[in-house]
Amino acid sequence: MINWIWICMAAIGIIYAMFSGNMEAVNEAIFTSAAQAVTLAIGLISILVFWLGMMRIAEEAGILRGLARLFRPIVSRIFPDIPKDHPALGYILSNLTANMFGLGNAATPLGIKAMEEMKKLNNNSDTASRSMITFLILNTTGLTLIPTTVIGIRMQYESVSPTQIVGVTLLVTCIGTIAGLIIDRIFYYKSTWRKS
Amino acid sequence: MGFISLISIWMIPCFILIIMIAASIRKLPAYNLFVEGGKEGVKTAVSLLPFLVGMITAISILRSSGALDAFIELLAPVLEFIGFPAEVLPLALIRPISGTAALGMTTELIATYGPDSFIGTLASVMQGSTDTTLYVLTIYFGAIGIKKIRYALQAGLLADLIAILAAVFLVTMMFG
Repeated sequence: MINWIWICMAAIGIIYAMFSGNMEAVNEAIFTSAAQAVTLAIGLISILVFWLGMMRIAEEAGILRGLARLFRPIVSRIFPDIPKDHPALGYILSNLTANMFGLGNAATPLGIKAMEEMKKLNNNSDTASRSMITFLILNTTGLTLIPTTVIGIRMQYESVSPTQIVGVTLLVTCIGTIAGLIIDRIFYYKSTWRKS
Repeated sequence: MGFISLISIWMIPCFILIIMIAASIRKLPAYNLFVEGGKEGVKTAVSLLPFLVGMITAISILRSSGALDAFIELLAPVLEFIGFPAEVLPLALIRPISGTAALGMTTELIATYGPDSFIGTLASVMQGSTDTTLYVLTIYFGAIGIKKIRYALQAGLLADLIAILAAVFLVTMMFG
C-alpha cells in the first residue's frame, strides 16, 4: 500500500507540473529535498544517541522494571482474560514500558513474545483473541512519554522551543489510549452480543 | 496552558536526574552504559536515512508542482467548516499507514510552515502522539500467524481518528 502512495505522490506531482508550468521548481525540489533529508537524518543522531544512551542506564538501573511492577495491577485489569501470574502479562508490561520511553526496537520483540503467549492461551487458534486486540490497540495508540524524534526534527529547524509540544502530545496520547480502550470494549461486547 | 508548558520544560531534565540518582544508588557504570546505548542511536538514525530521503523527496515533488496546494485549496472549505486545518490532512491520512512516511510529511510541514507555527506544532503533536496502526498490526499478527483479525483494524483506526481530532482541538486551544 505504501508503495502505491509513494508512486502516486511522485507521479501526480510530475504530471501536474507538466500542466501548471512548475517543472523547474520540481526539478530543483528533487535535489534540494534529498539533500535536506540527509542533513536531517544526520542531525537526528544527536538526540537519538543521547536518549538511547540515557535509556540504557535507566534500563540497567531497573527504572523500567519498577514501572512495570507499578502498572501491573492496572494492566491486569485491562486484560481480564489473562491469568494474573501468566508470563504474557510480564511481556505486555515490558513492551508497554519500553514503548513509553520511545524504545521501539526493544519493544517490538517483547510485543511479539507477548502475542505468542496470548496465542497459547487461545489454544493456538489463528483467530485474534480479545486480549490480543486490546494489546494491539495499546500499541497503536502509542503511549509515549517523550516524542524524541519529533523534538529532534524541531531542533533541526530551529524551533524556539523544541520541547514545547511534550505536554500536549502527552495529553493527546492519553486521550487516544483511553478512547482506544473504550472502543475496544465496545467492539468486544458487540461481538459477544451478536454471538449469543 | 501554563501548567502544560511547565511540564514540557521540566519533564526531560527531571527524568535525567532520576536516572542519574538511580544509577548512583545501584553503583552502575553509567557513562559506559550511556555510550553503549548511544551506539544504537547512530544505527537508528542511519537506518532512517533512506526512508526520509524517499519520502521527503516524493512529498517535495508533490508540493513544488503545486498539486498539493491545489488539493488543499479544494478541500479547505469543507474542512474549515468543521475546524480542521486542511494542510495537515495528508499527514492525518498517512499516519496510521506508514510511520516513516508520516515522519517525512511531518518534517516537510515543519520545514514549510516553521516548527513553531500552528501547522508545525500540530504536525509535531500528531506525529508524536500515535503509532502506526497498520504496521503494528502487520508485524504482530504476522509474527504469530493470526489470519482472522476480527475487529482489530476498525478499533485501531477509530482510536487514531479520535487522537487526531483531540490533537487538532487541543493545539487549536493552546496555540491557535
